Amino acid sequence: MGSITLKNVSKVFGEAKVIPSIDLEINDGEFVVFVGPSGCGKSTLLRLIAGLEDVSGGQILIDGKDVTQSAPAERGLAMVFQSYALYPHMSVRNNIAFPLKMAKLDKAVIDKKVTDAARVLNLTDYLERRPSQLSGGQRQRVAIGRAIVREPSAFLFDEPLSNLDAALRGTMRLEISDLHHQLKTTMVYVTHDQVEAMTMADKIVVLNRGNIEQVGSPLDLYKSPRNLFVAGFIGSPKMNFVDGAYAQSKNARTAGIRPEHLNLSKDSGLWTGTVKVAEHLGADTFLHLDVDGIGQITARCDGEFGAHYGDKVFLTPDEAKLHRFDDKGSALRA
Amino acid sequence: MARNVTTRHKVTATVAAWVVALIIFFPILYTLITSLKTEPEAIAGFSLIPSGTFENYVTVQTQRDYFKPFMNSVVLAVGSTILALIIAIPSAWAMAFSPTKRTKDILMWMLSTKMMPAVAVLVPIYLMFRDFGLLDTRIGLTVMLTLINLPIVVWMLYTYFREIPGEILEAARMDGAGLWQEIVYVLTPMAVPGIASTLLLNIILAWNEAFWTIRLTTTNAAPLTAFIASFSSPQGLFWAKLSAASTMAIAPILILGWFSQKQLVRGLTFGAVK
Repeated sequence: MGSITLKNVSKVFGEAKVIPSIDLEINDGEFVVFVGPSGCGKSTLLRLIAGLEDVSGGQILIDGKDVTQSAPAERGLAMVFQSYALYPHMSVRNNIAFPLKMAKLDKAVIDKKVTDAARVLNLTDYLERRPSQLSGGQRQRVAIGRAIVREPSAFLFDEPLSNLDAALRGTMRLEISDLHHQLKTTMVYVTHDQVEAMTMADKIVVLNRGNIEQVGSPLDLYKSPRNLFVAGFIGSPKMNFVDGAYAQSKNARTAGIRPEHLNLSKDSGLWTGTVKVAEHLGADTFLHLDVDGIGQITARCDGEFGAHYGDKVFLTPDEAKLHRFDDKGSALRA
Repeated sequence: MARNVTTRHKVTATVAAWVVALIIFFPILYTLITSLKTEPEAIAGFSLIPSGTFENYVTVQTQRDYFKPFMNSVVLAVGSTILALIIAIPSAWAMAFSPTKRTKDILMWMLSTKMMPAVAVLVPIYLMFRDFGLLDTRIGLTVMLTLINLPIVVWMLYTYFREIPGEILEAARMDGAGLWQEIVYVLTPMAVPGIASTLLLNIILAWNEAFWTIRLTTTNAAPLTAFIASFSSPQGLFWAKLSAASTMAIAPILILGWFSQKQLVRGLTFGAVK
């Protein structure tokens, strides 16, 4: 079991209200990702759940039990830190065994659990090494190993992949998702990388300035963002925002069009743009355009599109996939 | 082409390093050479070839007992170091792990006491020592050496403790370690290298301290620094015997330094964890 409930949770550091008030429900077995720009309070929120920070107000419940005043170890959670936080003076074996030793388990039981975890994480050959003798990815796996042997009711991940290079990040992302399917344990994952959020999450919590902007499945957030912030944050490349006459003609203050919802043509279209930068990725092409009367627009199309710096390109937004926002930036539903 | 440049670089760097090392080491070497000369040879002028006599060492030992100042040096150096660590570990710990707004000021204030020339407080300290009956006592001098080196010890330890990442302590807390287990299994093993090198460096500093040890002692608590100084006496200067005494005085600390150089260098240049 591993359901987590936040009721009215707030956090104040001195004068700064980092988290004004948050209510959130995390169901057992869910993979929940907290995502937002740096300084939005996502790590603080995770640390409040972990018990590494004291709440300034509100309640935290784990499996229905109030743990607001409990010490981190009493909450039955395991955490993987951004810096891995491995014990540098212990071997991999002892790092993984540490929480079990603290729990005063039998030596035979500890050995078995460590061996099992090492096998799952491909660390069997490295058990006698020190963390300093491992690569970044291996260290990350040790940190995960240390977390899984405890069989916690939930895992907390604090930007665990941000110290890894791009290729390794991709691999580790798959490994963590795979682990979630095997263990079926609740995972709460903090990241500023919306690609990680989109690919891994069952449920994404978008945070901004300590407030929850929207909670929903990745595709929910992609298809129906509740406001300009979520619309701009989820999706890559970013959604284009168009004000002025075009938006007014759609009865909105701002119109939002995702780069992949613009039809490109070399002959005709609603708007005319000049290519500023063309990014040819092979599988798709990103065009950054200067559009007459509108401004900077990014467009994306599948496969190759033969346009280069200075070329004229015509664009037509796909009206069915248009997003409309009012004066306050909230989404208007048709 | 590139390879030539790096080879030349390496040769130049190696030669330069040896030259600098030799210049730094030369006074010690020349002391050793002079100690193996006769007195007339010693005052005759610069020469690197001694007659190889051990007479000076015998004279030094028969004229004055080496063992007593040696023991005083050991007691003072070790005693003041232990005392300094007992005070410095908790204070550096507190400042590193729960700093306040004033922490930086306190550290700076402690360091500023090292900026004052010792001679400026010689008279008041001498008078205090006299009035409290501490002149020429091991206790008095141990306290004095502790106070002199305390700022350095606190600074060194503070720097080491600061490098222990907070996330590791949080990880231990998540893993179920209580405060005591956190200290025993996680903090202490990570802090030991730093404490060890601070200890070694402080022993060396205390061993070599000459200003106060010479001025606040006569015979009973006089360490090896006073032992050396006694050879430049009113009876005249005896370069060869002085050199022999110096060699005997620095030999123990040189040996200690040699065996612990790895720890010293590591402690002075390397953080607690990486």
